[in-house]
Amino acid sequence: MKLIKIISVCALVLFISAFAIKSDDVSTGYEVGDIATDFKLMNIDGKMVSLLDYKEAKGFIVIFTCNTCPYAVAYEDRIIELDKKYASKGYPVIAIMPNNTDVKPGDNMDAMKARAASKGFTFPYLMDEGQEIYPQYGATKTPHVYVLQKRKQGNEVKYIGAIDDNYKDASLVNSKYVENAVDALLDGKEVTETNTRAIGCSIKVKK
Amino acid sequence: MKYFVVLCLFVSMSCRNNEQEEELTNDTAVINNVKSDTVELEIYDFIGLEKFLNQEDNKVHVVNFWATWCAPCVKELPHFEALLDKYKDEGVEVLLVSLDFPKQYEKKLKPFIKEHNLKSRVLVLDDTDMNTWIPKVNKDWDGAIPVTLIYNKSKRKFYSQTFTYNELEAEIKQFLK
Repeated sequence: MKLIKIISVCALVLFISAFAIKSDDVSTGYEVGDIATDFKLMNIDGKMVSLLDYKEAKGFIVIFTCNTCPYAVAYEDRIIELDKKYASKGYPVIAIMPNNTDVKPGDNMDAMKARAASKGFTFPYLMDEGQEIYPQYGATKTPHVYVLQKRKQGNEVKYIGAIDDNYKDASLVNSKYVENAVDALLDGKEVTETNTRAIGCSIKVKK
Repeated sequence: MKYFVVLCLFVSMSCRNNEQEEELTNDTAVINNVKSDTVELEIYDFIGLEKFLNQEDNKVHVVNFWATWCAPCVKELPHFEALLDKYKDEGVEVLLVSLDFPKQYEKKLKPFIKEHNLKSRVLVLDDTDMNTWIPKVNKDWDGAIPVTLIYNKSKRKFYSQTFTYNELEAEIKQFLK
């Protein structure tokens, strides 16, 4: 009888753990309030970068972006502006390229270096080698922004989504979602619009 | 067949005389089937597009959101064309909603439609306020493309995935039951 009990408990545990397998489903990944994982990813200058390296930062503007997506390209100038505005205030931009470079060779390290040089990126442009970081964040496309705030427990996700509400024309933007979020955090206030959506290019994985 | 082409030409000429084609009659749908040198684009903001997502008729509507720059979107387009070809007589309508950028309409989208000889109706969505309309298409849509909406009077399903032809056909059969 005891043996049957043990076996059925084991079976139950195995059964439940079968559903605990990480998937790239849209429903997994961080929500606002979660503590985001740190990472150690290679930058375009060959050095490894982690959030831990930024001792003085108050938080981070993590942006999953790439060379090849037209929406990401449309936002490049604005991403540079975000870093210029907020790095000195304690919220640097950390750009991460999440695509599989076999599927998208236009996003490989050489291409990343070239783009960063020609546009004058002022922030790290890291490769998510092995594609292990973006699924943990739950990024599903480029560009996809996660604003993190340094807390005692770690880097808390405070905003997820788009950069602003007009990919086409920066001068016609009504809501600067990321700026509003970071401004609120710098003011010691809560972010009012915590989740927004925009069209982007799906992150490329090898099938 | 000959008379059908003549009818199309006649209808398309008369439709062009109208300033605003608001009615979703079958006549307007044949414009894209007429072989012409110029591709005319039907461009809508979301308010204009919304009615295409909520038609109340006896058809099965397949609405695919795509763009010429989206490789997985382009890869599955032939499956939608094949689906239309096989099932249009059973009341299936396919709508391909392009999210191409306006500055690429002439350079990319129009040539693409022409080269691929798309038989499905192509609509272009030009509305930058994506945070407002994305959840209106589906509350769970995060904004990545391609996505497909299939609906009829009694059923509505949203697919955040790419399709093989067999997968697409299997889904359509659920609606044709």
